[in-house]
Amino acid sequence: MRSRGPRSLLALLALLAAPAAAATGPAAKGAPAPAADAPAKAEKAGGAPAEDLIQAEKPPFSEGIFPCSQCHQGPGDSKRRELAFHDDVQSTFDHDSEHRWCLDCHMNASRDVLHLANGDAVPFTESYRLCGQCHGDKYRDWRVGVHGKRVGMWNGQKTYYLCVNCHNPHSPRFKPLKPEPRPTRPEEMKR
Amino acid sequence: MSPPKGLLPVLNGAEEAGPGHSRRAFLQMALGGAAVAALGACGVEDLLRKHLHELSKEELQALLARLEKKYSAQYGKKVSVAANAALPGVEFGYGLDLSRCIGCRRCVYACVRENNTSRKNPQIQWIRVLEMDKEHGVDLQHANPYYEAELVPRPGHFYMPVQCQQCRNPPCVKVCPVKATWKEPDGIVVIDYDWCIGCRCCTAACPYGARKFNWAEPDLSAEEMNPVTHYLGNRPRPRGVVEKCTFCIQRSRVGRYPACVEICPVGARKFGDLRDPQSEIRRVMETKRVFVFKEDLATEPQFYYFYAT
Amino acid sequence: MGFIRFLQGCARLVTQGGRAYWAWIAALCIAIGIGMAGYAHQFRVGLIATNMRDQITWAFYIGNFTFLVGVAAAAVLLVVPAYIYHWKPLKEVVVLGELLAISAITMCLLFVLVDMGRPDRFLHIVPGIGSPNWPRSLLAWDALVLNVYLAVNLIVAVHVLYSHFMRREYSKKIFVPLVLFSIPMAVGIHTVTAFLYNGMAARPYWNASILAPRFIASAFCSGPAVLLILFQVLRKATGLDIKDEAIWKVAELMSYAMFFNLFLLGAELFKEYYSHTEHLLYTRYYWQGIGSHTALVPFAWLSLACSLVAFLLFLIPSTRKNWVTLNLGCILIWAGVYIEKGMGLVVPGMTPDTLGEIYEYTPTANEWMVATGVFGVGFLVFTVLVKIAVPIMSGAFHVESRPAERAAAQPLTR
Repeated sequence: MRSRGPRSLLALLALLAAPAAAATGPAAKGAPAPAADAPAKAEKAGGAPAEDLIQAEKPPFSEGIFPCSQCHQGPGDSKRRELAFHDDVQSTFDHDSEHRWCLDCHMNASRDVLHLANGDAVPFTESYRLCGQCHGDKYRDWRVGVHGKRVGMWNGQKTYYLCVNCHNPHSPRFKPLKPEPRPTRPEEMKR
Repeated sequence: MSPPKGLLPVLNGAEEAGPGHSRRAFLQMALGGAAVAALGACGVEDLLRKHLHELSKEELQALLARLEKKYSAQYGKKVSVAANAALPGVEFGYGLDLSRCIGCRRCVYACVRENNTSRKNPQIQWIRVLEMDKEHGVDLQHANPYYEAELVPRPGHFYMPVQCQQCRNPPCVKVCPVKATWKEPDGIVVIDYDWCIGCRCCTAACPYGARKFNWAEPDLSAEEMNPVTHYLGNRPRPRGVVEKCTFCIQRSRVGRYPACVEICPVGARKFGDLRDPQSEIRRVMETKRVFVFKEDLATEPQFYYFYAT
Repeated sequence: MGFIRFLQGCARLVTQGGRAYWAWIAALCIAIGIGMAGYAHQFRVGLIATNMRDQITWAFYIGNFTFLVGVAAAAVLLVVPAYIYHWKPLKEVVVLGELLAISAITMCLLFVLVDMGRPDRFLHIVPGIGSPNWPRSLLAWDALVLNVYLAVNLIVAVHVLYSHFMRREYSKKIFVPLVLFSIPMAVGIHTVTAFLYNGMAARPYWNASILAPRFIASAFCSGPAVLLILFQVLRKATGLDIKDEAIWKVAELMSYAMFFNLFLLGAELFKEYYSHTEHLLYTRYYWQGIGSHTALVPFAWLSLACSLVAFLLFLIPSTRKNWVTLNLGCILIWAGVYIEKGMGLVVPGMTPDTLGEIYEYTPTANEWMVATGVFGVGFLVFTVLVKIAVPIMSGAFHVESRPAERAAAQPLTR
């Protein structure tokens, strides 16, 4: 998992800086829940704001890699093969690597978006819809905040995290972390 | 619903009134502050203080002002001491996903930083992460909080953090001889550090080892000190009193997630209002396998463990 | 007027004595000095000077407190037969039991004070000034009943002694109700202390209904032991008339209490070992140890051995009536119950702790120093009270006695 600085600060910057076109107004349409269980309600307990404005963190692009159309114009060779560029990603790729490769998620015709199984284009800021195709239970839980992480206000504005903010889509399994130091034993505390 | 008896008065109620009122209130506070500052020099008003629930609004304001002055001088930075009452109609719930916790202890240290606990001699940590092995399951006899590893989770092990469960039927509140600890309407079990006599009956009575005692003067440096505090939460404690997790009362009562929830890198911690059907914690309760720790003791915690997967 | 002479006489009695007396007082003062030095250090750095930590949050001080509450309750062992059954030989010496109760309660209160994190806030438990948590907190009840018991014993003892001094009958109207009240009070103080432990569901070792009966039994079988020794000392040294039957009767009653204590121990051990649930862990820690943690095991068996031998010595009439074996039995039962009710109750109750951790606790030197000081204070109080009471009871110190006669009525001349 890539580490980040203060997340809510980044979220704020993400809003204010209004980055490249692809990070399309996440607040406006980026509510992770589809309309069916969108958290818009008249009033919440605790006197919080009427609507939960939920903001997303940016997709974690590598430096300068986006937009992909810088290099990719139009469809390319769709046959599965070893790549010359992006070999760093391909060499560490282990997301069902036996059955999947790049173009199963990245749209061949337009590399600035991803695509669902039925061919529909999906922007990188909504990559969760893509993940949710196979990981439906996680997606349902993530939509309501049970899976994944949210920071901010429990009764108001939250920043949610895209799947890819925590799971590297090319190698999604969480890497073990170094734990913080153990507590002092009672006999080690002396004055 | 009207706040139940014993609720702390909300400090910023004075702002609702007009300018004349607030000027008068300010004068009162200034005079009151001066008076208590004078008395404070001899420590008399500490001796003559009444229980928190018996203080008038002015006395409480004066007390908070006095504390802010004291801590600001002590730590060389502007310290605020709030005393927000519970948000009406809120019942906090906490969920901990045992299928996700990897035992990294970032929650432990985020809590330490946020809540101004003593760093050394005594080292006080409100959260304790128990490492257990899958062979024995949730079995305290084989639990180990002192695990050290290069990487976690260690194969064959799982992790169970324990902190104050904010019981609905709290044994600690029952046994306290001086009513220094009580349960607030939003569910947080709080301690008045200036009333506690340090008898540690509550520490003996708590089934979860949640209550920690300041065995010596707390070790808290000015740089590390978090200056945004709550009277019943993370303000610096004196020695000889008990403390524990308060669901980050200084944060949760202004709508923020506790520090441990925000720092968890795997999203194992869920927090919110149990009465809000849209909250994460309600969803957890309704869809996941939820259990409480030491259920046979009927403490009815507001802290729930669950397995999301 | 009589009261002034009384006080003057008391002062004189206390400040006059033979070598042995002054050696004893000196030893006590040294003990108190050690205690004060220890407490000064603890007061300065905090309770971290002890070996108590969050895992074992009550230990040596509260263990001593628990034992001494039992000693204080045991005074009733003399009161019951004396006043209920009008047993003449005991009536004379009941006052000494009450003086022991006063000294024991003093020590109890001191042990609580040295154990508190904020002794400067003790007023918080006083009704009217503070906010005692009635009726739910057993500790608030304990504070009340201990102080009431102390007051009752003080009033009764002072009244009886002063009446004797003034050579008049004590007022039965004051006296009898208070004495009768002190009997359930004595059971009450120890039951409340037992309930304090008993009510904690978090500690299965304590959360057993048998705890309150065990407390009473162990109190009654050990508390009077110090009185038995004291009676023999006083008889030899002062000529105070204490009949053999009085001493043997107390010993006999103690032997029944010892049996009951052992029986209850057996009942507890059966339940733990036969049912063999996870709660056995605490009992096993005490009697067998857990893994390499065996610090308390020798003390557990020593305590049992002392109690068993003492029981036999007290039960068998020939050894009960033999002064050597009787006194040996007194020392043994005192030691046995001191271990059982002190470290043997408090520490295993918290080992392992609520999250399964084992922290082995032994007292620090600082704790020993403070405890020594508290015992010093208690024994000093007892010594002073007895030094005044005995001449009054023997009739040597009374309102009409002249200073010379009073001076001559020195109890301890060894």
